[in-house]
Amino acid sequence: MFGSTQLNRRNHSVQKLVSILFGVVTCLLVVPVLTIMTVLVYKGGPNISFEFLFSAPTNGMTAGGIFPALLGTIWLVVVALIFSVPLGVATAVYLSEYASDTWLTRLINLAIINLAGVPSIVHALFGLGAFVIFAGFGTSILAASLTLGIMTLPVVIVATRESLQAVPPEFRMACWGMGATRWQTIRKVVLPNAMSGILTGVILEVSRTAGETAPIMFTGAAFFLPFLPQGILDQTMAMSLHLFVVSTQVPGVPETLPYSVALVLVSMVLIMNAASIVLRAYVRGQKKW
Amino acid sequence: MVDPSIEILVQDLTVRYDNDIALRVDNLEIRKNEIFGIIGPAGSGKTSFLNAINRMDEFNDSMNVQGSINFGGLEVSRVKNVYALRKKIGVVFPLPVGLPLSIYENVALSPRLSGIKDKIKLDEIVERCLIRAALWEEVKDRLQQLGSLLSGGQQQRLTIARALSQEPKLLLLDEFSIAVDPVTTMRIEDVLKELKEEMTVVLVTNLVQQVRRLSERTAFFLNGELVEVGETEDFFTGTVEDQRTRDYVEGHFG
Repeated sequence: MFGSTQLNRRNHSVQKLVSILFGVVTCLLVVPVLTIMTVLVYKGGPNISFEFLFSAPTNGMTAGGIFPALLGTIWLVVVALIFSVPLGVATAVYLSEYASDTWLTRLINLAIINLAGVPSIVHALFGLGAFVIFAGFGTSILAASLTLGIMTLPVVIVATRESLQAVPPEFRMACWGMGATRWQTIRKVVLPNAMSGILTGVILEVSRTAGETAPIMFTGAAFFLPFLPQGILDQTMAMSLHLFVVSTQVPGVPETLPYSVALVLVSMVLIMNAASIVLRAYVRGQKKW
Repeated sequence: MVDPSIEILVQDLTVRYDNDIALRVDNLEIRKNEIFGIIGPAGSGKTSFLNAINRMDEFNDSMNVQGSINFGGLEVSRVKNVYALRKKIGVVFPLPVGLPLSIYENVALSPRLSGIKDKIKLDEIVERCLIRAALWEEVKDRLQQLGSLLSGGQQQRLTIARALSQEPKLLLLDEFSIAVDPVTTMRIEDVLKELKEEMTVVLVTNLVQQVRRLSERTAFFLNGELVEVGETEDFFTGTVEDQRTRDYVEGHFG
């Protein structure tokens, strides 16, 4: 009764072949990541020390540490977050909780998607025109962070909107039925339950912001500075640009130095991503419904 | 002037979603302190009726309500403060909705929203409402646990406790027993019989036997139309006027 025909056997072997083929392709994908990490750790790892992380570059950037760049990247990320998180969350709350489906909201959604697709070098030129020149911030942390903030806004908006929409509509109905206003409902029920998703989005934004080079090149990141930034209107060094500079622009850099800079930068991003994964796992464990 | 013994007077009501008519009611009275049953198959406009009373059209752009619903002497479509209106109306949905807050906070939310901050007063409200919803004994030792993790039957009683915390004049129940076991259903029905001393109850249900147990008067909705209203007993003694009502009650369709 369950004997197999020739067709059965052929289907079976095709299915086996496909599964093996796709498996191999998937494994191949891991190769570049592993190679990058191995090379970085092998070549850049030995050079990394407390000294390297916390001292300034010396000798025309061919020796010394990376502290100004490390600090500068933190500055840029923090100021970008201060700008983009409230704006992005507010936009997402409006789109998800208040706005009805009209041509205007569809246009806004389209704009957000397009904003995500604009190349970073275009954002850089926009930032140069809008913040550095027109707004008069000069090349500064403020101008660079605003540029980064605008560039990563879609990440925050999309992540927030998705986590808001994951909150079951029944909760809103129940809350409205009690005579709560929309805002009371959002504050008491919707936002607290969307917080995990919003945080995940923010962390993803951080890792993206930290790695960007083009948008900050014209707007606030410096080739080399002999001092640390004192405020948001100063220029700063940044990890991503520093990596570019020591790899291509400065003669006489020891071969291992760019690898070390790259390793620190990648580690920053990976730590952020890992934090986001842990956070998500933790929050899933806390699931409230 | 509306007769003071009438809590809700509906006249020439039409509820539309976009251009589709979901419900039409020419005339309907619901008396104070009665349990008023509404029966009818799915899609007959029962839920639309509740949403119209509660002014939920605010949250649904496609929903459009025309005509008059007079509740306690007020024309609901002209009420400016819809939040105050909804506070006077408790709602219980088909599927139990324990909000993802603690049991305590589920019941304390509405009083808090209306500005009560005093802990002793909130404690008192929470205890009173949970007792009246027949849930207190089961949860009194774990009020800080999440309300959304209670069993379905417990969550439905939590929903009723939450509705009672609004101190409503009107309680709307939309097929509350759909996801609740028979024992809990009976307990909730007992609760409702007590509650009608203090408020008017509108009970929408799929179970014709439920209106027989609970309500004095019943309306039968079919395909967005109010077919007839009458004493509940008449529905079961065959003295209703419309053949469709008789068929539905006897289980020939729906």
